[in-house]
Formats: sequence, C-alpha cells, structure tokens
Amino acid sequence: MAVDTAPPAPSDPSAVPPAASQSPEQGGTALAPVRMALPPRPVTPRSTAAGGTGAGRDTSSQGHLEITRLNAWYGSFRALKDIDLTIRPHAVTALIGPSGCGKSTFLRTLNRMHELIPGATVKGSIELDGIDIYGSDVDPVRLRRVIGMVFQRPNPFPTMSIYDNVAAGLRLTGRPSRPDLDLTVERSLRRAALWDEVKDKLRQNGTSLSGGQQQRLCIARALAIGPEVLLMDEPASALDPSATLRIEELIAELKESYTIVIVTHNMQQAARVSDRTAFFTMDDDRAGYLVEVDDTSRIFTNPRERLTEDYVSGRFG
Amino acid sequence: MSAVMEQPSAGPGVASLLLRSSTDRRRTWFDRLYRSVAFLAAVLCVIPLLAIVGFVTVNGAGALNLDLLTKPTRALGIGGGAAAAILGSLQMVPLAAVIGTPIGVFAALYTVEFSGRRAAGVIRFAADVLVGVPSILVGIFAFTVFVLPFHQFNAVAGSVALAIIIIPVVMRTTEESLRLVPGNLREASLALGVPVWRTALSVVLRTGLSGVLGGVMLALARAAGETAPLIFTALGNQLVNVGNLGKPMDALPLFIFVNARQPYPAQNSQAWGAALLLLLFVLVVNVLVRGRSLGRRAR
Repeated sequence: MAVDTAPPAPSDPSAVPPAASQSPEQGGTALAPVRMALPPRPVTPRSTAAGGTGAGRDTSSQGHLEITRLNAWYGSFRALKDIDLTIRPHAVTALIGPSGCGKSTFLRTLNRMHELIPGATVKGSIELDGIDIYGSDVDPVRLRRVIGMVFQRPNPFPTMSIYDNVAAGLRLTGRPSRPDLDLTVERSLRRAALWDEVKDKLRQNGTSLSGGQQQRLCIARALAIGPEVLLMDEPASALDPSATLRIEELIAELKESYTIVIVTHNMQQAARVSDRTAFFTMDDDRAGYLVEVDDTSRIFTNPRERLTEDYVSGRFG
Repeated sequence: MSAVMEQPSAGPGVASLLLRSSTDRRRTWFDRLYRSVAFLAAVLCVIPLLAIVGFVTVNGAGALNLDLLTKPTRALGIGGGAAAAILGSLQMVPLAAVIGTPIGVFAALYTVEFSGRRAAGVIRFAADVLVGVPSILVGIFAFTVFVLPFHQFNAVAGSVALAIIIIPVVMRTTEESLRLVPGNLREASLALGVPVWRTALSVVLRTGLSGVLGGVMLALARAAGETAPLIFTALGNQLVNVGNLGKPMDALPLFIFVNARQPYPAQNSQAWGAALLLLLFVLVVNVLVRGRSLGRRAR
C-alpha cells in the first residue's frame, strides 16, 4: 500500500460507493460505510469486500508498525537510543517506563509530530505496512491522517461545536459533502461511545462537555479522519476514575478496528487495556531505550529482564 | 543564643525590641510620603482623560445636533454641518482597515506561526518603531508616494497613511492574542493531518479572533482621530465627496482642525461638536473592546 499515492479527485463518485447504504450495525463491517463516506484518503478502506477504491491490496495487516534502530534527538540531546520494536496490528501496545524515558517522544516519532519541535531529529526506520514513513516520498501531513493521535489533556477546539470538532479533520483537509460529514460525525461519535450523550446537543460548544466526554470527543475527532493507527499519550491521566474506566472500555472496543499504541504511567491501566507491553527506561546519559517487549501478561508476571521486574513490582521508577 | 535559651522569662529585654524607635517613626513617615506621591501621580494620570471628556462634552454638547450630523459645510461656515467630514471619515477609515488589517494580521501570523525567533524579533522591533514614528512623517511619506506623482490630493493617499498607522498596532495586538492560543490546539490540528497553513488560519487565528478584532477596532479608533497624516494627503474638502477616492476628502479631525482656527464662534462651536462626536466614537470602541477583555481577565 502506497502512502504517497495521490488520492482520487474529491469529486470522484467512486469515493462514495453504494456500501454507504449498508446497515451500520453489522458488527465487524460497521466501520466500512464510515470509511466509504470519507473523502478520498491515501489509504484504502480496510474492507475491500465492501467495495470502494481498494486495488486488491493486502488489507489483513494494515496498521502494522516495524521500528528499526530508531534514534531521536532534541538538538544534541539524545532522547531515544536504538529502539527496535514491532507493533502488531489490531492490538493494544502499552508503553510503560519511568518519567523522562522517552515514551512520549517515541510515540511522537510514529506520526512525525516529533520533528515539529525546532531542533528535533530522528534517525532509523519506521515502516507502516512496509512503507518507511520517514522516506522522502512520504508526506508527514498525509501520514498523520493515517496515524491519528489523542493527547494527554482533552483539547477540543474551543471555537467549535461538538459536531464541528469531529468534522474538523475532514473539513480542514478537504471538501467533504454535507451528508458525508453527517454520517462520519455520527459514526465517529458512536465509535467513541459518546453519541448517546451528545446527539441532542451537537451544536453546543465542545468545551461545554465534562473532561471525560471531551477526551472521547477528541477520540471521535481522531477517528473521523479514518486512521489505521491510534496513538494515545496518557489519554486518561487528566480524568477521574470513572471517566478513565470508560476510556479503557473504549480502547478495548477500538482495537478491533485500529492498531493502538498507548503511553501510560499507570501500570494497572497497562495491564488492563493492553495485549503487548513495551518497557522503556533510560541509560546513564538519560537516553531512553527499550528494555523488552512482550505479551502484557508475561511482562507483569514473569518478565525476562530484571529491570522490568523491578519496575513493575514497584522497586523503582 | 544560650542566653535566650536559658532565660525564656527574660521578657523585658526581648520585648523592648518591639517598641517603636525613632528610626521606625522616620520609616513610617517616609512610607506615607511615598505612598501619597504615588497616589497623586496616579490621580494626575487619570485627570487628563476626565478633563478632556469634560471640556469636550461641555463645549460640544450644544453643537452636536442633527444639522451637524447631516448638513454639509456652508460657504463662510455660517450654519451647515460636518456631513462632508463624517462621510469622509466613514470612507477613509474603513478603507484604511481594508488595506492595513490583512497586512497586520498576516504579519502577526508569520511571526507567531512560521518565522524563526530572530526574524520575529526583527519584525516586532520594526513594528514597535513604526508605532513611534511621528504621524506627520507618515503623512509626508504618503504625500510623496501617492500625491506628488498624481499632482492631486486624494482620499486613497489618506487611507494609505492611516493604514500605515494601524498596521503595527494591528500586528502587535494580533500577535499578543495569537500567542495566547494554547499550543495543544495546534498539536491537535496538526495531528489530524491538517497542513500548517490551514492550522494557522482555521485553528490558531480562529481561536484568537476576538482578540484580533478587538485590536483592529482599537487601531481604527486611533486612526479615526489622526490628523497629521491627512493634512498632506486627503487635504480636506468643504464639499461632500462620496465615492470619488481620487479627489480630496474631508475627515472629522481635519474638520476640527480647520474650524477651530476660524475667527467665527459658529465655526468654533462646530469644531467642538465634531470633537465630541469623535470622542464618543473612540470612547465607545475602547469601552467595548477593553471592557470585554477586562472582564475576561477578572474572571
């Protein structure tokens, strides 16, 4: 699959195939109509069976990230050292480790947000489904439509309504038609488990919601552009316990359709929500490195590395 | 130390330190003195505004009538009104806004969103210096570029001169309000795959828009009262000029300037009336814009 392929023109009728009329409540295929309704994206909709522009690409492994010898710097400070990590598609990978070990930096290298900081550089390779996202033919702006991100603090756009927040990604990156937008906004809010709470007040300001609702709004906003991968940077750390629980339940649902990478300081949370856990720490130069990655159950019960065991059992960090 | 420890009951010795000494009395006296001086200065700072409002209101209230607002200037200045000046200001000031606002706003967007720190510093410095350039020089500049080549005083030259006055003000106030836009909104937008320029316009500028508009309004209120830049450019006009931007045009400050210097009380009175009109406009804009941001700060 080619991330750099130019999308068909927005007026291309094949971009809105008849699949959009399918029932949205069909379990696994529920997402397909949403994606069909989106304006053309560089990535084909996951379910080629549902029609659309899919050019017979392998859709089974979409959202697979292969990180090789990744290094990241802030100016001359090396924040990440030789990270090798495979992130499995349609699973939740948790990144844990002490403060300052580079978890968030690592997350930001995955959608090339890291390089937006002046002086920040990256070396190494990250392949998304076989495409090097740091390749010269990959546009970082396009990449971020495929690898979405949710931040630590809920950050809905304060000038926009709930509806407009969810629609923002599509509106600001293309010219979606009104029916497409309505459809996408509803589907995205449903997927983010927020629809029932806001369906009667879509015109209200996004910041009028509670913190937990705002965070789900931000998740809906990220889902609306139809990403393959969802990066979450401590998405629940600013929320109360019940809002946190809802976000965690949501993550469990979303992994059916998305590859999820979540940074968390909360080890119980990592244990609850993730399938795989990667433990980061830093060396004497404060450069973050990966100690080990394994199935979450193994990391928390019988890790291979002594460092990991010390950390998850609370002996340091 | 040990003396104190051993004699916790040595009350008189320690407590005597509490008694007011002559140095203390002097310090208290100085404290009061400086406090009063500062207070007096603060009062003197507020007095000019109150005095101006008072004088203009007293002298202008009688002259501010329907004739002043609607009638054009009469020959010899007996009777008639300031319609030519009002209509002139209503054309030249908005035109100045049309010319100056985009330049100021985009310059601010450039320094906040795109340029490096050093370039932003240079641009900001230039804007601050431009604010301090005497407005008569701005008028001479506009005269040289927009009047001399055409051998004709004209309203466009006046608007350009006013635009030069407002550009740095708009730029700096816009910059201030854009800097207040939280960085995490930029991140949220960029992470959605929104291009940087679109993020700057649709997220950053939109979020800071109320502050930007306030800054533009304040700049326009300032421009509406500028006289010096118009003397060499729009010149003034006794006749009503609507739409003919290539010809001389009157403006409220020019009207005040001209009529205040006439030997006839009727014309002096019209100048006071126009002054009150201008003052009301400036006050209303300032109260609306600043009152709002004042309320926001207090909240």
